[in-house]
Amino acid sequence: MNLHAICAIYRFEMARTGRTLFQSVVSPVISTCLYFVVFGAAIGSRITDIDGVTYGAFIVPGLIMLSLLTQSISNASFGIYFPKFTGTIYELLSAPVSYLEIVIGYVGAAATKSIVLSLIILATAGLFVPIEIAHPAWMVLFLVLTTVTFSLFGFIIGILADGFEQLQIVPLLVITPLAFLGGTFYSIAMLPPVWQTVTLFNPLVYLISGFRWSFYENADVGVGVSLAMAALFLTLCVAIVWWIFRSGYRLKA
Amino acid sequence: MQSIISVSGLTKTYASGFQALKRVDLEIRKGEIFALLGPNGAGKTTLISIICGIVNASDGTVTVAGHDIRRDYRTTRAMIGLVPQELTTDAFESVWNTVSFSRGLFGKPADPRHIEDVLRSLSLWDKKNNRIMTLSGGMKRRVLIAKALSHEPQILFLDEPTAGVDVELRQAMWEVVRKLRESGVTIILTTHYIEEAEQMADRIGVINRGELILVEDKVELMCKLGRKQLTLQLHDPLDAIPARLAEYGLTLASGGAELVYSYDTQGERTGITTLLSELRDAGIRLKDLNTTQTSLEDIFVSLVREPA
Ligand SMILES: Nc1ncnc2c1ncn2[C@@H]1O[C@H](COP(=O)(O)OP(=O)(O)O)[C@@H](O)[C@H]1O
Ligand SMILES: [Mg+2]
Repeated sequence: MNLHAICAIYRFEMARTGRTLFQSVVSPVISTCLYFVVFGAAIGSRITDIDGVTYGAFIVPGLIMLSLLTQSISNASFGIYFPKFTGTIYELLSAPVSYLEIVIGYVGAAATKSIVLSLIILATAGLFVPIEIAHPAWMVLFLVLTTVTFSLFGFIIGILADGFEQLQIVPLLVITPLAFLGGTFYSIAMLPPVWQTVTLFNPLVYLISGFRWSFYENADVGVGVSLAMAALFLTLCVAIVWWIFRSGYRLKA
Repeated sequence: MQSIISVSGLTKTYASGFQALKRVDLEIRKGEIFALLGPNGAGKTTLISIICGIVNASDGTVTVAGHDIRRDYRTTRAMIGLVPQELTTDAFESVWNTVSFSRGLFGKPADPRHIEDVLRSLSLWDKKNNRIMTLSGGMKRRVLIAKALSHEPQILFLDEPTAGVDVELRQAMWEVVRKLRESGVTIILTTHYIEEAEQMADRIGVINRGELILVEDKVELMCKLGRKQLTLQLHDPLDAIPARLAEYGLTLASGGAELVYSYDTQGERTGITTLLSELRDAGIRLKDLNTTQTSLEDIFVSLVREPA
């Protein structure tokens, strides 16, 4: 294991985050605050409690997930796309590093950043609504599993992308709608039966539901199912990354 | 002489179907400076990129110090430093950070002393905290060299290091290269400047359209090139070369109006003085004379010329 290389990549990526601290942290925090003001305070005060949880508190796990998913993808995709774009990837390819080490460095840094960000959002949310976490260990488990999975997913997007716009397409046009429709702002049980079934095809339902369960012990699907799905998505992403590196696809001529 | 890089039957066909390397065989000797000479598109960068692990070979093998570049990539890549042709740098990083990053990436523990030495030798020390994007092109080239040297490689590849580089930097760079070579580093450089190959290299390889067409010791190559031609334009054309001049191996040209004499500039004596006095004794009067030399450039041009 080339530990020096992993550290070098990790530190390099964290330094890049440090340089763009403002955009990296401030804008997600502001948008989360806006959600709270609009949905939590303004509209939420007219919505009845869901399973004994106030609406403002109910949306906290979903909002954290929303940031976590989009941020993990953009951090990781940008991290690997940028060297491809500028050409500095030559150094990575000519270095005595294994693919595993490259992935640990890049995905580790992207995941760290997203986790820190979600903790900041959690703390911010705490200013608006009282938050209790019923199962902190499960909460951390879902947080880490989801972040790593979607950082890997972002890494894949970064490798496949041909332009900067493409990096934005998936978080913007796929993840955000799916998170909105996946129970960020409502319980699946509030939907008509047909839509409840349709919604189960949305992978994000399982992640949001599991994460919310770790806070309030109420869930749209069983927590075991959520965990199994999270593990499945992780395995899927690992398999794709493994295949990309094994074939050199889009990385080496 | 011990060889440190061994390339055999190396072939590269890009996804576009273009064949950039055609069964290239090459041995690089330990400690030498090897110049790979060839026109644009000859395949120089492709060859280097395969050895360094940036491009996958289609066929053939490469070993570095006896290790296969695929199977033992950790060993071979750790031995190699690469200065790429393009000025690709992390614009937002500082010089110090980017060079330290390279060292870590190549598996070496941090060593600020070594990084300092490298930066000083390339006159980058006072720029160590500058962001790379604020540097001039020549300075960026130095940064790339510093990155390549950060992990103390035993083999250094310089891909067209002097393209678009001013005279001062070129001199500084050759100084660094000479020092590295003295310390035992093997250096492979590509260039299309022939003087550069002449000045720096121990051996020269000429590559054209994916084929290595010549690999020769520079000294031997220079010997071959060391021959000059003296052309004497005569006042009165000759029908034949006078018998008394037979030993000079002269030839008649331009219908007898010119005498051509070939001689070795590296030889003990060129024979020019005696030839001239013999000509005078034979009553042959000269209108004019000139000398020409087959340069490496001429050979190069004739080697790589498009077939008619
Ligand atoms: N990624 C690529 N895909 C297709 N053709 C390529 C690629 N890279 C280089 N080539 C072609 O291969 C040939 C050799 O290129 P290169 O090795 O860069 O030459 P040199 O370094 O000697 O100028 C050129 O004709 C170039 O157009
Ligand atoms: Mg080239």
